Amino acid sequence: MKPANEIELSEVIRGANGPLRIVGGGTRAIGPLNAGEVLETGALSGISLYEPGALTIVAGAGTPLSEVEAELAKGGQRLPFEVPDLRGLLGRDGASTIGGVVSANAAGPRRIQAGACRDSLIGVRFVDGVGTIMKNGGRVMKNVTGYDLVKLLAGARGTLGVLTEVAFKVLPRPEVEATLTLDGLDPTAAVTAMAQALGSPFEVTGAAYLDGQVCLRIEGMAGSVAYRSAALVKLLGAGWDVADAAHSAKLWSEIRDMTPFVGKPGAVWRISVKPSDMPQVLATLNEAQTLCDWGGGLIWARVPDVNDAQAVTLRACLAALGGHATLVRASDSVYATTPAFHPEPAGLAALSASLRAKFDPRGILNPVGMG
Amino acid sequence: MEMPRIDATIVARKPAIVAALQEVLPPDAVIYDDIEVRAYECDALTAYRCPPLAAVLPRTTAEVSAVLRICHKMGVPVVPRGAGTSLAGGALPTGDCVILGVAKMNEVLETDYANRFIRVQSGRTNLSVTGAVESDGFFYAPDPSSQLACAIAGNIAMNSGGAHCLKYGVTTNNLLGVTLVQMDGTVLEIGGAHLDPAGLDLLGVICGSEGQLGVVTEATLRILPKPEGARPVLMGFDSNEVAGECVSDIIKAGILPVAIEFMDRPCIEATEAFAKAGYPMCEALLIVEVEGSKAEIDEQLALIIEIAKRHNPVELREAADEDQAKRIWLGRKSAFGAMGQINDYMCLDGTIPVSSLPYVLRRIGEMSKEYGLDVANVFHAGDGNMHPLILFDANKPGDLELCEAFGADVLKLCVEVGGCLTGEHGVGIEKRDLMKVQFAPEDMEAQLWVKDVFDPKWLLNPAKVFPLDVTASRRAG
Repeated sequence: MKPANEIELSEVIRGANGPLRIVGGGTRAIGPLNAGEVLETGALSGISLYEPGALTIVAGAGTPLSEVEAELAKGGQRLPFEVPDLRGLLGRDGASTIGGVVSANAAGPRRIQAGACRDSLIGVRFVDGVGTIMKNGGRVMKNVTGYDLVKLLAGARGTLGVLTEVAFKVLPRPEVEATLTLDGLDPTAAVTAMAQALGSPFEVTGAAYLDGQVCLRIEGMAGSVAYRSAALVKLLGAGWDVADAAHSAKLWSEIRDMTPFVGKPGAVWRISVKPSDMPQVLATLNEAQTLCDWGGGLIWARVPDVNDAQAVTLRACLAALGGHATLVRASDSVYATTPAFHPEPAGLAALSASLRAKFDPRGILNPVGMG
Repeated sequence: MEMPRIDATIVARKPAIVAALQEVLPPDAVIYDDIEVRAYECDALTAYRCPPLAAVLPRTTAEVSAVLRICHKMGVPVVPRGAGTSLAGGALPTGDCVILGVAKMNEVLETDYANRFIRVQSGRTNLSVTGAVESDGFFYAPDPSSQLACAIAGNIAMNSGGAHCLKYGVTTNNLLGVTLVQMDGTVLEIGGAHLDPAGLDLLGVICGSEGQLGVVTEATLRILPKPEGARPVLMGFDSNEVAGECVSDIIKAGILPVAIEFMDRPCIEATEAFAKAGYPMCEALLIVEVEGSKAEIDEQLALIIEIAKRHNPVELREAADEDQAKRIWLGRKSAFGAMGQINDYMCLDGTIPVSSLPYVLRRIGEMSKEYGLDVANVFHAGDGNMHPLILFDANKPGDLELCEAFGADVLKLCVEVGGCLTGEHGVGIEKRDLMKVQFAPEDMEAQLWVKDVFDPKWLLNPAKVFPLDVTASRRAG
């Protein structure tokens, strides 16, 4: 089913007889695929407003991400939160839609400085589980009128409603970028270096650690980037190389899109922790290839795709430390016994279940979508 | 301002309610004397006052939980209170409610520079959060102008902004976690020092929920390294349109100033008479501030000035030093005080698309003549948040009502042009009855579902945010 507009979508949902699998580009769904009838959002497409002078863009949820990004590029702007392309990692084809980005709260390396998708999102239109068309927020960035359902819908993976339109506050594209790198660091030294950089006034917009190398990105006006790179090198001490704009851009697109994991087998975890806990979490994983982003606060781990993919030890470790682990890729046999999403404490799980029951009383929207 | 009818059965049970609260709190934490409760009868929306049944000042999360459990069991509404600085009446009591004030909970619990967060009790003032970390080169970014007095609890309830929010976001963009006590006493930990939720973004809906979903007792806040420096430039223009275009061009050039403030002629004139900051007497004034090292500031300002010159400013003033920078800001920071010296005033808080500013100012000017009340406008030009200041005489019968009617018309206009009723102050009681202008019934129903889930008995701050007729059946229980 591929409704042509919001009203048709409302009718489809109202008339649904069973579970629905909501599909934008099909590029970001994780976990076992739910068996529902496919509901495609691709026709809810088109940029309805773009005002560069107001840093505002509004688009149908089915608009291809590439179209949104191209339009913003024409205005010298971009989505600040750096959307990852995980098709290689997850083995998908298809074209990501902006609604899918919001539903997954997808964000890349720049999230540590610019915020996540939900931090740029200022308005949503959606259809709930009984077909009622609703809206929250709007097209202005300062908006505290009533409850913030914009944040609630972001990352809800379709389980509270099907997005039909989304509005963002965007930011300028910088003139240039550069990246500082240093090799041969162990996890503890890496976290320390990244913390020092992120705690400096030099506005680091990417801090990642892979294969013993720490990468720190600086973006902005040419003079500013030159100044800040030099100042950061001075702060951090000897041994740091500075990669120029072309190398920097390539490096960060590979970190963003998890290129080091692409084409390699295994289950893949996406782990969120307090950055200084990164070394301890790495130490609990066996036979893992890891890539750490967000100054250590985001750990990607590729582990053998067997048994529970080390879920019990990993999630127990996080229960003590704080944080959560999502199993973004695994075989069906692993998923059969291991939930993709991190089990929440009872109080939060109860609230989430109750919210889903309000927005989707029949439980038809992406029912295996979360939790 | 309509408020729910007081429940006489609750008032009749006051001795039993007070006695129950006294069992879980130290004596000085329960205020019930008729005179003493008047200290809590209003917040910064002083036109509306109502002493509560009682007020409590717990010191710990456990005490907050015990208080709420008692009130839940006895069916007593609770109105949470931070510092009572709300301009929207968010902490206005009813005569049958218990005010739960967090002012005694103001400690710093944990400071972590390596992971860039601070954990505080929610009664701590906004500015004192920065105060706790500034000697180590950090700050807490959301800075409402009441920051000397306002509490983090209130900031979270209203999702407060401030002058820095164009660059650094508002409270919800800087909040990492909370300890939330629900109305039945359940204590929840949501979020923490890690980023992003495991499931639904409950933290995101709690922020800005105006004390209706739970009482926040502790908060984990993002702290940021202090920029090396900041510097403003002042520009005067002979039309609002041109000022607006200049802002748009600055943004389109790829610069992100840390603040862009706009003042119109009535505001400039009143402010100059009061503060004598040496502002040009012109139609529209902009103050644009950028951050970074000296060299970076120079680089950004050079571009900003080049753009400004294309718009033929009547005045273009850079700050050569710290003193001159202070003088540039002096007028803007005195604006509200300047208006207050002329007369009583009502400060509105609508947001509009930035491109609508000239049209909205023109319409406000027309309404000013129709209503016979003067208006001065302050505007956060980067994010569209307007603060029209409507002058009235509180001693003149009918003037407050006239002023409120004028304000309501301005906020309806904000919604009409694609904006919203409130950009940072919150709905409280002040804009409650305008909610239907912005939200269709189904839009509001979805918000009510969230409260139904968190507070099924509708006891937490029940008379706020939503029109009373919309919430009547839920509040009746």
